[in-house]
Amino acid sequence: MVILETPLSGEVVKTLNVGDIVAINGTLITARDLLSKHLYEGNASPIPLKSQALYHCGPIVLDNNGEWEVVAAGPTTSARQEPFAWKIIEQTGLKALMGKGGMGEKTAKACKEHGCIYLHAIGGAAQLLAEKITKVKSVHFLEEFGSPEAMWEFEVKNFPAVVTIDTRGNSLHHDILSKSEKALTALLP
Amino acid sequence: MQWNTETFLELIRTTSSQLPEDIEKTITRAQREEEKGSAARFALDSIVENIKLAKENGRPLCQDTGSIHIYATLPKDADENAFREAFCLAIGSATEKGYLRQNSVDPITGKNSGNNLGPGSPAFHVIRHAGNQTEIRLLLKGGGCENVSAQYALPDKHLDAFRDIEGARRCILDAVVKAQGKGCAPGILGVCIGGDRTTGYEFSKEQLLRKLDEPNEDAVLRKLEEDIMRDANELGIGPMGFGGKTTLLGCLIGKLNRIPASYYVSVTYMCWAYRRQGVRLDNDGKIAEWLY
Repeated sequence: MVILETPLSGEVVKTLNVGDIVAINGTLITARDLLSKHLYEGNASPIPLKSQALYHCGPIVLDNNGEWEVVAAGPTTSARQEPFAWKIIEQTGLKALMGKGGMGEKTAKACKEHGCIYLHAIGGAAQLLAEKITKVKSVHFLEEFGSPEAMWEFEVKNFPAVVTIDTRGNSLHHDILSKSEKALTALLP
Repeated sequence: MQWNTETFLELIRTTSSQLPEDIEKTITRAQREEEKGSAARFALDSIVENIKLAKENGRPLCQDTGSIHIYATLPKDADENAFREAFCLAIGSATEKGYLRQNSVDPITGKNSGNNLGPGSPAFHVIRHAGNQTEIRLLLKGGGCENVSAQYALPDKHLDAFRDIEGARRCILDAVVKAQGKGCAPGILGVCIGGDRTTGYEFSKEQLLRKLDEPNEDAVLRKLEEDIMRDANELGIGPMGFGGKTTLLGCLIGKLNRIPASYYVSVTYMCWAYRRQGVRLDNDGKIAEWLY
C-alpha cells in the first residue's frame, strides 16, 4: 500500500499505476453533482483546490450541538461528474479525483494532460471509510445545496482507495469494459 | 392493531445497518474465492469489514440510504392510513438520528425536504389479506444501482434477442455488462419477464424480497437464473469493476403475463449493500419475528 499525503506532490502522483492500492493522509474535499456543475461554470472554490483531492461523496453528517459528526461517508458514482471534471482539473490544478464506478475518456485525457489521477474508493463501505475521517475542517454551500451535496472539508487518516486512472491516461475501467464486452460476444453467438 | 412508531424505527435502523443473513453468507463465500493481494480481494475484504462495523455501530452500511420501499401485508380491517402515518413518523425520526440520509429532493427546485418525506417518498406497496397476520418488509435501494437498472422491449435487433427465454438471457447479460462496476458490484439482479413498463419494473424489484438461498419454484426460471450466474461470473467485471471472479452474487427471476403486442424484460440491479429486512408484528404492533 502506498501512502499519499495531501497536498499531493505531482512527482509522487506520476509514479502511481493503475491497480495500485493507496492510503491518503491529509485532506479530502467532497464535491458531487451540484458543486461539480458550480465549479465547471467557472465559480471560484471557497477552498483552494491546487494539488488537492476531490472526493465524490454525499455523506451523512450529524450536528451534535455545533460539533459535526460524520456518520457515513462512502463514495458516490463518479460517472455523473464526467461532463464537468475535465474542466475542474484544468482550472484548479487538482491532483486527484476520488469516487466510485470510474470515469470516461474526457477525464482520462485531462488526467494525462495535467498529471491528475482517479482513485476508486470502495462503494458502499460507508462505515469503514467514515472511520478514516478524523475531523470536519469546514463546510460550504450547506444551505444552498443541502447536506449531501455540500462541500465538506474532511481531515483523513489512512483513507484507502485503488488507482484506476493514472497520469499516463491508462484506465482500468476502459480495459475491463473491453474485456467484458469481448467475453459477452463469446457468450452470445 | 396498534401501530407502533418505535417498531418501525427499529426496522429502519436494522435494515440500514445489517445485511440479511443470506446476503452476508454469499459475500463471505465470494471473498474467499478472490485472489489474495488483488484489487478484487481488497474490495471484498473492505466490504466484509464494513458489514461488521455497520452492525456493531448500528449505523448505515452505505451513506446512500436510497429510496424507501415498504411492502406491507395487512389484515383486511387494518387502519391503513394510521399505518402510513406511523411509518412516516418513524422515517422522520430515523433521518434525525442519522439512520437515513436526507434523501428526498424536489426535481425542479432542487430543494431537499430534509426528512425523507415528499411526493413518492416513501413508496408504499400494500396488500390486504383475509388472515390476521401483519408483515412489513423494507427495502432501501441506493441510487448507483438503480441508475444501472434497465428495461428491454423485445425483439431487440442489436442483441439478436427474440421473444423467448434465450432473448431474455441476452438482455440480462447485456445489462450486467453495461452496468460494469457502477452499481457497486458484486450485485444481485431482480428480473421480470413480461408485464408492461410499469408492472415489469415493479415486479423485478419485488423479486428482491426473495432469499438468495431459496430456489425458484419455476423450473425454467430456475435454470435461467443458474445460467445467468454462470455466464455473468465469466465476464471478468468483478467486485467494483476491478476485474475478478465475482460479478454477480445472485439472480432472482419472476414472470408476469404480457399482452400479445409487448414483451418486456425488466432488470433491477441491487448493489452488494442489499438492505432488505422484514418483521411479523403481534397485535400490540411489536416485533414478533424477523423475516430474514
